[in-house]
Amino acid sequence: MGFLHRHRWVTPYGLLALGLGWLAVFFVVPVYYLAESSLQTGDADFGYAFTWAWGNYADALGRYQDQLLRSLQYAGIATVLAFVISYPLAYWIAFRGGRWKNLLLVLVIAPFFVTYLIRTLAWQTILADEGPVAGVFRSLGIIGQDGRLLATSTAVVAGITYNFLPFMALPLYASLEQVDKRLVEAAEDLYASRRVAFLRVTFPLSLPGVFAGTILTFIPAAGDFINAQLLGTPQQAMIGNVIQSKFLVINDYPQAAALSLVLMAAIVTIVAVYARVLGTEKLAP
Amino acid sequence: MTVAARFARNHLLTAYALLALTYLLLPIAVVILFSFNDPSGRFNYTWQGFTLKNWADPFGVPGLWPAMQQSLQIALLASLGATAVGTLMALALVRYGFRGRAFANTFIFLPMATPEIVMGASLLTLFLAINFQTGFWTIVIAHVTFNISYVVTTVRARLVGFDRHLEEAAMDLYANGVTTFWRVTLPLIAPGVLAALLLSFALSIDDFVITNFNAGTTVTFPLFVWGAARVGVPPQVNVVGAIIFLATVGLMFANVLRQRRGAGAR
Repeated sequence: MGFLHRHRWVTPYGLLALGLGWLAVFFVVPVYYLAESSLQTGDADFGYAFTWAWGNYADALGRYQDQLLRSLQYAGIATVLAFVISYPLAYWIAFRGGRWKNLLLVLVIAPFFVTYLIRTLAWQTILADEGPVAGVFRSLGIIGQDGRLLATSTAVVAGITYNFLPFMALPLYASLEQVDKRLVEAAEDLYASRRVAFLRVTFPLSLPGVFAGTILTFIPAAGDFINAQLLGTPQQAMIGNVIQSKFLVINDYPQAAALSLVLMAAIVTIVAVYARVLGTEKLAP
Repeated sequence: MTVAARFARNHLLTAYALLALTYLLLPIAVVILFSFNDPSGRFNYTWQGFTLKNWADPFGVPGLWPAMQQSLQIALLASLGATAVGTLMALALVRYGFRGRAFANTFIFLPMATPEIVMGASLLTLFLAINFQTGFWTIVIAHVTFNISYVVTTVRARLVGFDRHLEEAAMDLYANGVTTFWRVTLPLIAPGVLAALLLSFALSIDDFVITNFNAGTTVTFPLFVWGAARVGVPPQVNVVGAIIFLATVGLMFANVLRQRRGAGAR
């Protein structure tokens, strides 16, 4: 250890080298190949060659803008729904959970312990035409007598909301849990109503959690294709479905690669604008 | 505000929270319930009758056990690899100030902020470009890649508040660097490392999207379910799903209890 003692500054680099090297080779380099692939022309039988084919992007966007917009729209709605469902839940656990907090948290992340595909298939069962929910909705007149829940955009959005909800609830809980209760009491002592104390003290203090939660929900939601596949029809196809089938079924790699990069660019843009709007420079941990 | 109104509002919040929890747990109940179903046709959608035969022979469906074996092997290799690499990185990030630390922190966050489909697709283009046959080992590589960031985050959370003086004391008492690591550092961070190992094992065994892109002809458990979903999922899949659920919850509680006991002893 003599060398390490004399040259302590190398130690952190040594510890990081293996992991950073791994991520460079299997995370960064692949993005280069994805970009290269997106500019190729050719076909699945005779192979593809690099030709600076920027037209792939125009083609892909022209043909699949519906699916792209639908993905962003579904992901946006699902993110809002997940927020509306989990904020009161996270608040309740943080402020009223008492000694049950840890148990309640386990219940919140419990869906993650059931294989993703299996829990989505469970929604297939719940929403099925002959299932109880559809029956109740029909008798209440929410949907028509031959109306369906499965194979609709409602089902797809509901599935996405469900599957990524813990990503929203956990950061919300983490930030609400850290809110200093004395600040809320101070506001109430100064004659703020509970509503005003919440809006002016608690909610602003929980904004870092809101920011983290919405981003962690929106990103995987926008790239998802499992919910659209299992709970929807081709009319609900998202950009993920197109990318998946182009890569793995019809082997149209250039367009699939172009669409992947377009999706990534759309997400980065939306997250950047969102960060600017929320002013996270001040909120960053 | 009157007492009655306040009472109503408090309970409104509780009712809303309980409703949200019900929503979260309902599909899990359905998975477990339908593992006891006795479907007459191929589709396990409607309740036909109670049976224990799915639980008596959970791997009675052809292909299910081989797929589960692949998943277990991949998860074991990938979680061990990612935990070893990620723990070293977490040590570097928490305990040393060095040039490029902020960059490394941001860089490690990126894989978690990338949609799975983009990560899976880009890895596939790499393997295609270098003509590397996809299969068991490309799945292991992919799983190590997406697990590293989660391991770093988990271990780092545990390392913050770590008392460096304990290591210095060991060094002062003539322990060399290696002995200090094995006898002082590792036991202190062990709960975090164990949690990271469990998390990456669970993430690996559950992963479908990235695996789907890099599996070649290899079939893991989620890929088996995906294939079965087209023709009708047998109830045995629910049994295996329920077993994974119960095992994960059990391990999580065991780890929490272990940590609590450790904290009590200290």
